[in-house]
Amino acid sequence: MTDESRAIRFILNDRTVTLDDVGPTTTLLDYLRLSRRLTGTKEGCAEGDCGACTVLVGRLAGEELVYEGVNACIRFVGSLHATHVVTVEHLAAKDGALHPVQQALVDYHGSQCGFCTPGFVMSLYGLWLSKDRPGRADIEKALQGNLCRCTGYEPIVRAAEAVGAARPDAVFDPILSMRDRVRTELKAIKTGETIVIGEGQRLVVPGSVAALAKVLENHPQATIVAGSTDVGLWVTKQMRQLSPVVFINGLDALQEITETPDGLTLGAGVTYSAAYPTLARLYPAFGRLIDRIGGDQVRNMGTIGGNVANGSPIGDTPPALIALGARLTLRSAKGTRVLPLEEFFIQYGRQDRQPGEFVESLFIPAAKQEDHFAVYKISKRRDEDISALCGAFHLTLDAQGKVATLRIAFGGMAGTPKRAAQAEAAMIGRMWNEETVALGQAALAGDYQPLTDWRASAAYRSLTAANLLTRFLLETTGQAAELTRFTGAA
Amino acid sequence: MDATAFEDKTTAPLSAPMHAARRHDSAHKHVAGSADYIDDMPEPAGTLHAALGMTDRAHAQILSMDFTDVEKTPGVVCVLTARDMPHSNDISPSHLDDEPVLADGLVQFHGQPAFAVIAETREQARRAARLAKIVYRDLPHVIDPAEAIEQGAPLVTKPLTLKRGEAEAALDQSPRTLKGRMRIGGQEHFYLESHIAFAIPGEDDDVTVWSSTQHPSEVQHMVSHVLGVPSHAVTVQVRRMGGGFGGKETQGNQFAALAAVAAKKLNRPVKFRPDRDEDMTATGKRHDFVVDYEVGFDADGHILAVKANYAARCGFSSDLSGPVTDRALFHADNAYFYPHVLLTSQPLKTNTVSNTAYRGFGGPQGMVGGERMIEEVAYALGLDPLEVRKRNFYGEPGSGRDLTPYHQEVEDNIIARLVDELERDADYQARRKAILAFNETSRVIRKGIALTPVKFGISFTMTAFNQAGALVHVYQDGSIHLNHGGTEMGQGLYTKVAQVIADCFQVDLERVKITATTTGKVPNTSATAASSGSDLNGMAAFDAARQIKERLIAFAAERWQTTPDAIRFVPNHVEIGTERIPFPELVKLAYFARVHLSAAGFYKTPKIHWNRETGRGMPFYYFAYGASCSEVSIDTLTGEYMVDRVDVLHDVGRSLNPAIDIGQVEGAFVQGMGWLTTEELWWDDKGRLRTHAPSTYKIPLASDRPKIFNVKLADWSENRQPTIGRSKAVGEPPFMLPISVLEALSMAVASVDGYRQCPKLDAPATPERVLMAVERLKRG
Repeated sequence: MTDESRAIRFILNDRTVTLDDVGPTTTLLDYLRLSRRLTGTKEGCAEGDCGACTVLVGRLAGEELVYEGVNACIRFVGSLHATHVVTVEHLAAKDGALHPVQQALVDYHGSQCGFCTPGFVMSLYGLWLSKDRPGRADIEKALQGNLCRCTGYEPIVRAAEAVGAARPDAVFDPILSMRDRVRTELKAIKTGETIVIGEGQRLVVPGSVAALAKVLENHPQATIVAGSTDVGLWVTKQMRQLSPVVFINGLDALQEITETPDGLTLGAGVTYSAAYPTLARLYPAFGRLIDRIGGDQVRNMGTIGGNVANGSPIGDTPPALIALGARLTLRSAKGTRVLPLEEFFIQYGRQDRQPGEFVESLFIPAAKQEDHFAVYKISKRRDEDISALCGAFHLTLDAQGKVATLRIAFGGMAGTPKRAAQAEAAMIGRMWNEETVALGQAALAGDYQPLTDWRASAAYRSLTAANLLTRFLLETTGQAAELTRFTGAA
Repeated sequence: MDATAFEDKTTAPLSAPMHAARRHDSAHKHVAGSADYIDDMPEPAGTLHAALGMTDRAHAQILSMDFTDVEKTPGVVCVLTARDMPHSNDISPSHLDDEPVLADGLVQFHGQPAFAVIAETREQARRAARLAKIVYRDLPHVIDPAEAIEQGAPLVTKPLTLKRGEAEAALDQSPRTLKGRMRIGGQEHFYLESHIAFAIPGEDDDVTVWSSTQHPSEVQHMVSHVLGVPSHAVTVQVRRMGGGFGGKETQGNQFAALAAVAAKKLNRPVKFRPDRDEDMTATGKRHDFVVDYEVGFDADGHILAVKANYAARCGFSSDLSGPVTDRALFHADNAYFYPHVLLTSQPLKTNTVSNTAYRGFGGPQGMVGGERMIEEVAYALGLDPLEVRKRNFYGEPGSGRDLTPYHQEVEDNIIARLVDELERDADYQARRKAILAFNETSRVIRKGIALTPVKFGISFTMTAFNQAGALVHVYQDGSIHLNHGGTEMGQGLYTKVAQVIADCFQVDLERVKITATTTGKVPNTSATAASSGSDLNGMAAFDAARQIKERLIAFAAERWQTTPDAIRFVPNHVEIGTERIPFPELVKLAYFARVHLSAAGFYKTPKIHWNRETGRGMPFYYFAYGASCSEVSIDTLTGEYMVDRVDVLHDVGRSLNPAIDIGQVEGAFVQGMGWLTTEELWWDDKGRLRTHAPSTYKIPLASDRPKIFNVKLADWSENRQPTIGRSKAVGEPPFMLPISVLEALSMAVASVDGYRQCPKLDAPATPERVLMAVERLKRG
């Protein structure tokens, strides 16, 4: 390949780093702690669930310089090309004067053992950058990816509220003070050339979608990494040795969001966070679902394309996407093909992705104003938990109030995210009321034979799936009855 | 919470006198990322790393272990097995010789470590540890405690019986009786910093071990025992832990012992930091309990007799299960007087990791069982459970209703006043009425409210542990070096003890340097556990400071030719008659006059005694009290719920530091709420714990904490015993406040059949348990 480079470059706090010898699965956390001795960033779980390793990563989105909190423990260094990594050490001024968010945590007794604290500092700094006067709903959302075992969170939330309301001047703000320099430098780094490090192309950062297709043609077994929110755990927990690894998070062409009258196209590299504003506007229930996937750190890294491609039986977004009739575009060097999303999931652990293919985009047909669409995620803990089950419902009624079309899909109820074909059939053409729902509920038993595991028993899954039909009926008939912590919250 | 809580309660012009709300001593470092935990310390050249080699059977004989592939892995230096322990392979804290460092031929729980790999890097060690080939012969396993009861499983330690009166006869004569069983789940500590040990070899037999431990002295003893060297050769140090909660009382021994063995064997520093999943698999947790109870009562809800058996899943070894199950019995009464009572413990051996200390130490499980009985009585009689609670509270001394099941008099009872105040402040009665009305008309969402008390006994029930030491140096520049046997795990102990010293010398807190806990400075310490940290170490440090202060006074009296009572320590100065000199100046003069400016302090808790054989004594120096009122909403279609509001009134005596104490109360509440709601330990049929990481084990998030959370300290309370500053212990007691959340959930469930049945909601009340209870009640 031409236009190839042999090093990735990024800015770490206030220094530019060039790495020409880095492993394909070296994590940012290990790099910070072991290679740079930046030990303020902690390892709590090494799986992206506790947030003790939260750092901010800045990247260019067009002309915008966007900073997002990420989990350094499952972020690979190979994905950092043309970014600005900001760690907790960079937040206080050189003379030790604390940033206002740090000072607020001190003043409000927001740390006890202190181990989770750097992660909270970074999440709250991310909130500070993105939101003036955040309310409690905003603060809780910003902290969904951070676990604290000591404080009970109350003093942390108080600190966030106080500092967000007062917004005292920072003596020094590492990001605001460096913005222009960083933007210039990242533009210079982001040349669009493909980067290959190591023998046998063990770490590849393709410069274009065409280059990606080419790499996969030559290395059909390569691991494609977008957000690494799943692949990260293959490495940190399963100790899998992956090579080559192809990082696609820098491909702007895969991050396009296109709205037409026919529907919405999401590039495979669109993160949950990036998709959120559009999805929440078009399908408010989808927005509420995304609010409950991981925490900000995961939503800032994880992509909807990756969520589909990894084929989890639970699948955070697939039930919703299937209910909406989404279609998947797969691409390879040979061309593209399109298939309904539900056909992509063949069985547990098996998807219809051929060697050399990658998920390019998802298309969601436009829903009509009068359509009813709902997604209900049920989990042991409300936020940052994997669904025990997740039901998505897309209903249209005819003029008489009969069920005209109905698509129901569940995650967590079978080996793949799966449609409830029998339940749909039992209800289509009937008046949308409790009797019809009872028929649907009875038919669900034929659609799904769920398993018992640590998230829920089979009995609970079956019962709740049926009850969610009742919830959907109530919601669509103006009797919404769902618990909400903050009414009218984002 | 009350906005005035953080205001100074004193006007003394010191930077941090006793009783003042002051920030944690390391807060600035915490937020800056500059507080060093053991994994953050610079590694000396040549440092090696260790990883656990784990088994994958719940119960099996090991027929052979083949390390060929392990040893071939690049970077691997050596593999350690049980046979490599120089002196002993046992680290049983109960000294029953039942806890191997590494499994020696017999696997007793899924994941039990059978070897350790030492390599140049941690990643190499972890990778290699997966490559051993172990051949097993399977043996039958028992995981579930109810199953263990059925099978008559052996006990890991001697059970306890508490008996007062004639419970059997009184049950027979009671107008009403009922029986039941409650299952109470265990709990993973989930300290954010997982276990770690870092051993640096020295000359002769010496080894220094940095260990994330609440009990440096025990780590010292275990390391010396495993190595076969005297205790004087082993120095154990810890500046701070990233959380402990009891999980680092005994569970760090294994990592420390292995790191030390490897360090001495290889003569290189060895660091041992297990991965989170390994930590959660290989270290003990809170005990799960099965409580079988029988209660006799009258038509007004007065309890006449209680008989209960507390069976616990202890795991494969005794560890601390004896005292944990004892403490469960000590708290089965909570704040209630049982006229006739018979309590028994059943510490069951199971093929699970050996359960251990966890905040409350069995007390919470004891109390949850007691509160279930109250709830049962209330539903049986159609009374508000709060009314039944009040009718059964312990009475004043001399009332004839003040004797516990272990024959200790409750002398300091303030529960009635606390509960009355909270009932009023939280507007309990009106809210309960409103909730009853709401539930009449709401189809899907139901609400519940509950107000529950806490009475928790303070002292180690092992009387010998109630001692502590401290070491205080005053240097020539007037700066003060403070060291004591307590460890800092986030609870603010170092800050509180430093306040004691600053207060004693009347100097600013900045003058006091708090130093890492080390067995080399203060020997023979007890675990920082049982909420005893500031009671014991605060007094020991005060004793040390007092000695130096008395010497300074004697010196000043002599030099200024006056009497000791003319000498007064005032903020940062000393007044001698009419003269006033800065504190450092007096210190310098004292040095030149050859006054000894260092002292070791000591304290032992007075009065307490306990005879386990007779089940009688005074195991507790005093009781700490509290009460909380929780309101919840549940979704009867899914079992999901939210905690809408919590009000707490808690007793810490005269608080040493209200900011830190309120932090302890808030934190304990949310942690306890997690235990009773979303935190579920789940084993599969192979005996594998499948909830071994935060992806599967769900501790509360910010968005789970009570939406409205009002926490107040009972500022009128003073410890009736002469503790340091008349304060009370705070670590554990508030952990039991969220029992009101469980009871409120129960009430919301009960609404689906008109409160006719006690929902018997087991813990943790996951959404699944809530929904299944709703279904059970609907079916009638």
